[in-house]
Amino acid sequence: MMTTISAFLASKGIYLLTLILLSLGVAGIIVCNNYMKKLICMNIMQVAVIFFFLCFGQKDGGTIPVAVDGLVKAADYINPLPHGLMLTAIVVSLGTTGVGLSLLFRIMEKYGTIEEDDLIKREKKF
Amino acid sequence: MMQNLPVLIIVTPLCSALLCLLLTLINKHFGRAVVVIATAASLVMSVIQLKSVIEDGVIHYAIGNYAPPFGIELVIDSLNALIIVVIALIGFMTVLFAENFGDKRPVVKGGANAILALLITGLLGMTSTGDMFNLYVFLEITSLSAYCLIALGGSKGVVSAYRYMLVGTVAATFYLLGIGILYSATGTLNMGDLATILNEGGFDEVMLVSMSFLIVAFGIKMALFPFHGWQPSAYTHAEPGTRPLITGVMGKIPALAMFRFFFCIYGTDFIYVRYLLVLLGIFSVLGMLYGSIMAMAQNDIRKMLAYSSVAQIGYISLGFAIGTPVALAGSFLHMMGHAFMKGGLFFCTGAIRYKFGTTDLNEFGRIYKKMPITSGLLVIASLSMIGIPPTAGFFSKWYLALGAAGRHEWIYIAVLVISSLLNAVYFFRLIEKVFIQSSKGLKDRWSKGELELPLTIILPVVVCFLAILGIGVFNVKLFDILMLTLEGVGL
Repeated sequence: MMTTISAFLASKGIYLLTLILLSLGVAGIIVCNNYMKKLICMNIMQVAVIFFFLCFGQKDGGTIPVAVDGLVKAADYINPLPHGLMLTAIVVSLGTTGVGLSLLFRIMEKYGTIEEDDLIKREKKF
Repeated sequence: MMQNLPVLIIVTPLCSALLCLLLTLINKHFGRAVVVIATAASLVMSVIQLKSVIEDGVIHYAIGNYAPPFGIELVIDSLNALIIVVIALIGFMTVLFAENFGDKRPVVKGGANAILALLITGLLGMTSTGDMFNLYVFLEITSLSAYCLIALGGSKGVVSAYRYMLVGTVAATFYLLGIGILYSATGTLNMGDLATILNEGGFDEVMLVSMSFLIVAFGIKMALFPFHGWQPSAYTHAEPGTRPLITGVMGKIPALAMFRFFFCIYGTDFIYVRYLLVLLGIFSVLGMLYGSIMAMAQNDIRKMLAYSSVAQIGYISLGFAIGTPVALAGSFLHMMGHAFMKGGLFFCTGAIRYKFGTTDLNEFGRIYKKMPITSGLLVIASLSMIGIPPTAGFFSKWYLALGAAGRHEWIYIAVLVISSLLNAVYFFRLIEKVFIQSSKGLKDRWSKGELELPLTIILPVVVCFLAILGIGVFNVKLFDILMLTLEGVGL
């Protein structure tokens, strides 16, 4: 019994952790009252997906995808594509965070608060 | 030149977006001129492309000559060729229209034009791509520029944009998760290749899990009923000049992507497809009723139209839920028709706001005397929303109903009729305000020239008017073009 659990955790445990991280991010966006915290939770969620891609991109016994003399089989190298995709995803998440922060700046300028409760009250005055 | 059309259509607005801000710093008219010329060029090329797709069949374009499935591929069939023409046309008109609104400072104006061009780029890219990850990149280009354009709409716009950004990022992340699961199981990102591998069988659970992520992702992006929370306030408070593009086109393109995943990639052999389609059907039916009822309760015309969009997106996904080729064609007709109806109604709202400075329905008394052309479009677009022949709305609903009857889905037909009647309630209210209610003596802010409004506002209004009637009158022709692709797709 214990061996099955530990075997499962050794092979799939990392996905479980990623899932927890993802759920934390989504739950944070829903629960937090402060808009800055929501933005941070959004980042956590994005990082969880990046972890997910990197996890299934990893391979036992493979080296980095740069040609080495004597290593000619595909099994000797890891697949660079998930890492390449995640570079793009990181750039996108950087862009989203940038837009989010500048929007927060504007909200702070116009309303003087980034707490959701206060914002909803002040929104009615405009 | 000719064989590079698919990529040129996307790249031209992108280049103009990058040049726009720089040129604005030199002279305030240069930046806008570049964007106008680029979108016009894109429109012309998209029409040529549509013609060549109808004559010679599907175009496969490998970017940089890297052969698919390793390189990125653009696939243009008759469906997305038509949608690309619609995007380019509404995009071009919105660029013209946007000149009259917003901040007058040259740098802000130049930036807004650049973002608008980026939004058009993203929408065109999402429509033409044949690669899942490329779709994600274009989805994010679209979303990021949409957040900025919504935030430009003043104090409430900023908050709506921030909320939309949070929800929209959840959608993009879920999309990434969905394609990550598919990629880890099949090892390919190319849609055509993926369809071949998935149809060999043995991937049912993987497909189910990833599809549930994808439905949520596209549902949020297209504002399908339970995921529509961001939509009314974002549509209401977006920058007035760019609102037609955001409201008219932005919601339809994720719907097209959803269609690709459901019918082109997964195919109807997928064993859970019927359950998922029923789920989609429930969402659509609830959305059609909820959107129409909420729209009836609004006094602000912008909010009324925004809620009505929730209902109209329901029609589009209802066509997917029925799933026969005829119903799918109805969906796509509605996608095109509704782009012009909702775009046109927001052109009208913008025009009324430009002339009288109000968006409150109760102040619209007898504005038809001063704005005959705009009122004409208001009437024709409202009739089309309700579904009265010979407008576009009647024929799309007709094909949807035909498809539903073909599969004996009587509930769908009943809801279609009820929702149309509810539409009639609030659109006749709009017509009553414009034509019958006594005048409130609104102050005219524009009385120069012969026309009721500047030419850049009149032109989009007239084009939308003609397009709504045109789609209705030539619906058989469009139906045939759609059927070139839809034949054999669906249940």
